[in-house]
Amino acid sequence: MADVEFHGQEGMMNDVSLEGEITVPGLAQSEDDDDQFSTLDEPVKETVMRDVKAVGQKFFHVLYPKTSRVLLKEWDLWGPLILCVFMAMMLQGSSEHLDKMNDGGPQFAEVFVIYWVGAVVVTLNTKLLGGNISFFQSICVLGYCVFPLTVALVVCRIVLIADQTTALFIVRFIIVVVAFAWSTFASTAFLADSQPSNRKALAVYPIFLFYFVISWLIISHTHT
Amino acid sequence: MADTLGDRRNQQGAASQSAVIDLNDVEEMPDRDDSSDYDSSFSDSDRGKKKGMGDDIRQRLGENVAAMMWQSGKQQASKAWNLYGNIDILRPYFNVEPREVRSRLMWSFIPQKPTSQRQRVSRELYGPLMVIFTMIALLLFQMKTADHRVEEGTLMGTAFGVCFTYWFGASAFIWFLSFVCNTRLSMLQIMSMLGYGLFGHCMVILLGTVIHTSHDHVFFYLLWAVIGGATTLKMVGIIVTRTSGQTQRIIVCAAVAALHLLFLLYLHFAYHQIVEDLSQAFGSGGVQAQMKEVPVAIKPGVGGLEKAVKAAI
Repeated sequence: MADVEFHGQEGMMNDVSLEGEITVPGLAQSEDDDDQFSTLDEPVKETVMRDVKAVGQKFFHVLYPKTSRVLLKEWDLWGPLILCVFMAMMLQGSSEHLDKMNDGGPQFAEVFVIYWVGAVVVTLNTKLLGGNISFFQSICVLGYCVFPLTVALVVCRIVLIADQTTALFIVRFIIVVVAFAWSTFASTAFLADSQPSNRKALAVYPIFLFYFVISWLIISHTHT
Repeated sequence: MADTLGDRRNQQGAASQSAVIDLNDVEEMPDRDDSSDYDSSFSDSDRGKKKGMGDDIRQRLGENVAAMMWQSGKQQASKAWNLYGNIDILRPYFNVEPREVRSRLMWSFIPQKPTSQRQRVSRELYGPLMVIFTMIALLLFQMKTADHRVEEGTLMGTAFGVCFTYWFGASAFIWFLSFVCNTRLSMLQIMSMLGYGLFGHCMVILLGTVIHTSHDHVFFYLLWAVIGGATTLKMVGIIVTRTSGQTQRIIVCAAVAALHLLFLLYLHFAYHQIVEDLSQAFGSGGVQAQMKEVPVAIKPGVGGLEKAVKAAI
């Protein structure tokens, strides 16, 4: 097999000019390559700052959801991971009841699982309905769009410091509902284009349910 | 580094003497085992073209082997990725319009009188899946409202487990029965039918949790009888038209009705009981007890009670 291939190409190989540079992997590349974008010799600070800026920019896009492709084009999972861990920590049940298995507050793992499994289920549903969007793009968008709800969670925690009255409950309720609407609106603004127009309602319903469960976790969280 | 430099010198020497080294190949395969052979053989600088040819053959052989390895590795990876690939197999069952889903949800409450004509059952999974996810969310809501506690695991896991176990388990059981009793229903049709039937459960759970009027369960039983009964009748109607033989009909219908109605009872009483006890024990109105404020105040007390009970045991 190899013989045949070799003889077939022998004549051709003799014609190949032998001039040229020998490049050996592992050695420094020729100077032309330095013109290209290289992050090897830049300070770590710059690298980190660039990524942080990219993540921050995406957060901004969620808060101000105009039709932008940034979230879809340059997806990353840093933002969702940060938001998820932050929410799980904030929603963790109080430590006073460690002797019991579960004090009624959501566990870290529970929030974590709801967040990721929910996003995966919504994404699979989008794919099954015939949406043309990649798996991680959708996860990225869904993850980033939890940001308004995270803000609501922080505000709720601050409100919870005061003594609880019905008025304060209503305040928390309104904050969470607004954040929920915002999240749902932002995610549909980003994801709507990828769906066939006649099936948008079917794709939006699981998204609605996903954010509903998360916002309900937030509003039902009363431990200070 | 010194090694690489040495290699480079060797290769330069070889390049000046023999004409058949494909430099691109050398560059592409730095990690291959036989590259050391390749280099060392060319360090004997007076070897001729023939030797170069032999080595080239070896190199090509190596290339082929590497390609084979790559192929098999790719197959393995694609097998692992198969789950994701299987999405396409499921896609036909998600091919619905919002209108259809809406009408199917509505029709799941409206029993049709069995006639000689077979009643149609869709083979669709979008509706049932969404109904089950809604039910999971509602169950979570109900559990939190009832201050339900799970000793091991989470509320979420329990709700997930209960709903999906019921769906798959009951479908498998009914499928087995319908196979035995010669009912003309496929597994997918059964799953779809049971899934849409659960929409009634969702309504009952929602209404039972939100409008929790009194300590007795009259309201719940009313809902159970009306809504649960309607969805059950709908399914019974489908099965009756698709089964021949009186005994077989009775067996399958009884199984479906029992599973369906008992599951609703289970959902209500397993996760709803505690709120009753709470509201009775503390004399607070049941309606207020639903909201989370009250349990906050009560919780230390409940914890103390539990501790006391545990200590007593």
